[in-house]
Amino acid sequence: MTDYLNYAMKRLGQFALVVLIGINLAYVITHATPIDPVEQSISVATYFGDTAPEAIAAMRASLQELYGLRGGALTQYVAFWGRIIRGDFGPSLSAFPTPVSTLILRAMPWTVGLLATSTIIAWVLGNLLGGLAGYYRDNRVLKVFGITAMALHPVPYYIVALILLIVFGYLWPILPISGGAAMNVAHGWNWPFISSVLSHSILPALSLILIGLGGWFLGMRSLSSNIVTDDYVVYAEIAGVRRPRILFSYVMRNALAPQLTGLAMSLGGIFNGAVITEKVFGYPGMGTLLVDAVYAADYGLVLGVTTVSIIGVSLGVLIIDLLHPLIDPRVQVR
Amino acid sequence: MWRIFKDLLKHNGEFRAGALLISIVVAMAALSFISPYAPDVSYVVAPDVPPNASNWLGTTSRGQDVFWQLTFAIRNTLLFGLLVALLSRLVALMVGLLAGYCGGWVDRVLMSVNDTFNVIPLFPLLILFYFVLRDRMSTPLLAVLMASLGWAYDARLIRSIAMSLKSREFTATGIFSGMTAREILLEQHLPYIMPIVFSTALNNMNWSIGLQVTLAVLGFMDIETPTIGSMIYWANQHTAIVAGIWWWIAFPVALVVMTFVGLFLLAVSMNEYIDPRSRLAGMEGASQ
Repeated sequence: MTDYLNYAMKRLGQFALVVLIGINLAYVITHATPIDPVEQSISVATYFGDTAPEAIAAMRASLQELYGLRGGALTQYVAFWGRIIRGDFGPSLSAFPTPVSTLILRAMPWTVGLLATSTIIAWVLGNLLGGLAGYYRDNRVLKVFGITAMALHPVPYYIVALILLIVFGYLWPILPISGGAAMNVAHGWNWPFISSVLSHSILPALSLILIGLGGWFLGMRSLSSNIVTDDYVVYAEIAGVRRPRILFSYVMRNALAPQLTGLAMSLGGIFNGAVITEKVFGYPGMGTLLVDAVYAADYGLVLGVTTVSIIGVSLGVLIIDLLHPLIDPRVQVR
Repeated sequence: MWRIFKDLLKHNGEFRAGALLISIVVAMAALSFISPYAPDVSYVVAPDVPPNASNWLGTTSRGQDVFWQLTFAIRNTLLFGLLVALLSRLVALMVGLLAGYCGGWVDRVLMSVNDTFNVIPLFPLLILFYFVLRDRMSTPLLAVLMASLGWAYDARLIRSIAMSLKSREFTATGIFSGMTAREILLEQHLPYIMPIVFSTALNNMNWSIGLQVTLAVLGFMDIETPTIGSMIYWANQHTAIVAGIWWWIAFPVALVVMTFVGLFLLAVSMNEYIDPRSRLAGMEGASQ
């Protein structure tokens, strides 16, 4: 148990470091650039028509307050962290006066639900098929699947999402292509709403799964095809252990550990993909929020979504890392 | 080098397919030098013409020939990928070799930073960059930014090889004969690491081109320079799919998918070549 605590403390330290570096990067990006976000917001806001100079001055003062640009460098830095710890990113400019945190909280369940479901489906299915393909190397169907996975895996999320959109939106329109749920259904725990949410999530989830599946499949196939030739597997085969048992408890069980590490490592990339997938399908999650915030020049919202996504992804990695010793007891020793 | 290439071409189906796809893509990029139209002028041909004998891939709603526009786009896209891969290789090599060779606290510090960069979602950070830079976000600047964010995964790979090289006898011989750490790393370890650097560079190109297409499609970079992403961006701006101008979207997408699959197949076959175990398995398969 002390071993596990030791391990958990180390992981927590890494989590703190990731959040620290990530948020500092966000701070540096927003503060060390030649462009003044205040002046930029003002120029966007006064783009149409004349605005009285007094009004501009008042706006400048309140924007400086909002962005925490008052005082010296140290004061600004401390104020920046204070706001992040309090989770207060000020009111959103594009949805004034709704606070940024409210917008993020509203979008978060959509993103977390879509990401968690599609990642788990892709990981489980990819590993299962990959293990089978590594073990039954001469199976024709699995070979064809391998070639498909190889062709699909390197294609970026946007292209897959676009192709699905064209196929199911224009050529064969059977699925809803935009939004999180039908507009005319009341939100709540009732069947019409849930079924609407599910049918709207099919295309975004499918594009995330299609991309993810190939990577896990190829990884698991090469890992398990190496393990199959190991002495203990050959021994188990000679000893007459039943084949499904060899596949699941001897081969795949051992290949699962690196695949779990891989999942933790690629969580950031999966989130990147979800941002663009959400935008393509108009899914009301954090990705759409982020992209629309950039279009609307909403500084607080962009910074808020970036910060929350850095913390969220590192939290996901931390959870996987903490579960890791349960699957692979060797991890604790390291 | 040439012999390895011929060997791979002869024995490795994935390499053959990848090489074929990439040669088509590179040939397409090379054609940009004999293009009859400049890349940045519009309304030089009749707009919205479907593919025909004189405009092989049709024309856009901006009056540009899709085929010739595509040659410029793929050239810029490939150059972007190469630049990011080259720059990020430098960082990955430096971090990986140093961490693997020095070990101890250098290794621990470098790898903590490394893991951080592996975990942080880079896309929101790049969007944040665009948000503050706006029009000053040029393509070379984006390449530098992406290179300085996208080295971590490969640095860990290089470190693991450097660690195993460190325990080999020739490293000890080098130390005893008075070579400095820099000499050992550059003259003795680097040649062993080059193949893996090459194959990770191909994967890194895929990563950077994918991100660049994504950013351009959203309009979050310089969209006046023709790239595959900016072509799709303009097609979307003119609602090409709804208007039925399918060739404006379909051909850039097809070409960029060819690039991705080609680069990936090359990287996979390189990895197989590097790993003698799977090379042996391939030979067994050939002799059966």
